[in-house]
Amino acid sequence: MSYTTDEMMTVAAARALRDGSACFVGIGQPSAAANLARRTHAPDLVLVYESGTLGAKPDRLPLSIGDGILAETADAVVSVPEIFNYWLQPGRIDVGFLGGAQIDRFGNINTTVIGGYAEPKVRLPGAGGAPEIATSCREVFVVMRHNPRAFVAAVDFVTSLGYGRDGEQRDALRPLGKGPTRVMTDLGVLEPDPDTHELTLTALNPGVEVEQVRAATGWELRLAEEITVQDPPTETELSTLRALKEAS
Amino acid sequence: MAMLLRLDEAIAELVGDGDVVALEGFTHLIPVAAGHEIIRARRRDLTLCRMTPDIVYDQLIGAGCARKLVFSWGGNPGVGSLHRFRDAVQHDWPVPLEIEEHSHAGMANRYVAGASGLPFAVLRGYLGTDLPAQTPNIKTIECPFTGERLAAVPALNPDVGIVHAQRADRAGNVQLWGITGVQKETVLASARSLVTVEEIVDELEPVPGAIVLPGWAVTAVAHVPGGSHPSYAQGYSERDNTAYQQWDPIGRDRERFTEWLRASVFEEAGA
Repeated sequence: MSYTTDEMMTVAAARALRDGSACFVGIGQPSAAANLARRTHAPDLVLVYESGTLGAKPDRLPLSIGDGILAETADAVVSVPEIFNYWLQPGRIDVGFLGGAQIDRFGNINTTVIGGYAEPKVRLPGAGGAPEIATSCREVFVVMRHNPRAFVAAVDFVTSLGYGRDGEQRDALRPLGKGPTRVMTDLGVLEPDPDTHELTLTALNPGVEVEQVRAATGWELRLAEEITVQDPPTETELSTLRALKEAS
Repeated sequence: MAMLLRLDEAIAELVGDGDVVALEGFTHLIPVAAGHEIIRARRRDLTLCRMTPDIVYDQLIGAGCARKLVFSWGGNPGVGSLHRFRDAVQHDWPVPLEIEEHSHAGMANRYVAGASGLPFAVLRGYLGTDLPAQTPNIKTIECPFTGERLAAVPALNPDVGIVHAQRADRAGNVQLWGITGVQKETVLASARSLVTVEEIVDELEPVPGAIVLPGWAVTAVAHVPGGSHPSYAQGYSERDNTAYQQWDPIGRDRERFTEWLRASVFEEAGA
């Protein structure tokens, strides 16, 4: 079965989610991945959306984080202050799933402005739930399309903390969560170096060359000692993902 | 006991020029009709607060009602950017728009402090972000018991809080369910409040997961069936996703937007 690079990215992100874990899900690619995981290898994955739906079980991809299908299928629906204060803040959520307009070599994410804050070149939507997802979830997975405008040496604005501007700031601030542990793209996977926290290429999607990833990355991309090649999507993964999309 | 008013009477009475106004509803139960009435009433210099300004705030901003926006995520969910909002921030059209920006957790806690009658809220938030550098309304404090450094945000106490709900009874007791967002906090934090409802009933039947706002805690209730369209009211309507998509080309263009405003907001009033 042929597949798109976006489908490969979503499938890789779905595979990263462990069955039985709780995942704080953003809309778009993260939501597609989390719902695919629940429909394949992780039937007991708990989907948490910032609209206050705990344990949502939608049978199609929700079109917004407040889609009615989430409330109708949830184990519990709580208020927005409660979802952030009682569920996210104490560190109850295993994985936070984020995307963004820019990510830098230390995993900091920008969803606020391109250019300066006072005179932005592009005004982006802003923070939403991301700053606290990035610090309070036990770990963070990032899903983003790989290109040099998105993968930059330093983000224009830190909306959500990765490892900080210098790669060490996170250790000093000591948030509850570990921070971004996997960045899954349409080309491969980047993971933070255990010592420097610099995002490093650890896996390639099938058919992708290292040079392609280098060309799509806005800093001198380092390679892990061993680079694996991810398995292509299985027929089950692809047909499940497509059915979820078609249903919505 | 809440007053039962027509929507135009309620906006005329409750919302004045220069007021701090919050219209809340987290994707669900967005008080869109009330926003349009504010545009028709030609209110100016408002400080508009909302966690997730979406198309109704794009419309209020494009119509020139707002001087300042206090928010945490501004976009057309599932579609893209808010172009009237961007035009105001980037090009001061139709008037300059000051912004104050938070995270969802920060905004939610500002309403909680406001509803609780406290001067500020404390949260484990904004850590390592560039947001505190852009507003005096995010500060760091030290826990007096453990020494932990935490974020503090001031209470948000709007002059007027506006929400949409499924129904109310004739005494103005309001019942809402499904995704209830930050609506209860908004009503309780505000000096005056307006709830638009799908239905006015003789008696509120219990619904699982519903919250009730007692009539004595609400200033006014207006009967506005479909008042959250293109958002939705669980049990009454579905989200009109097409309308959100159709907004994009209208919002992108000043002329198309101005024409939309004339035909869909101002002429609607005479209809």
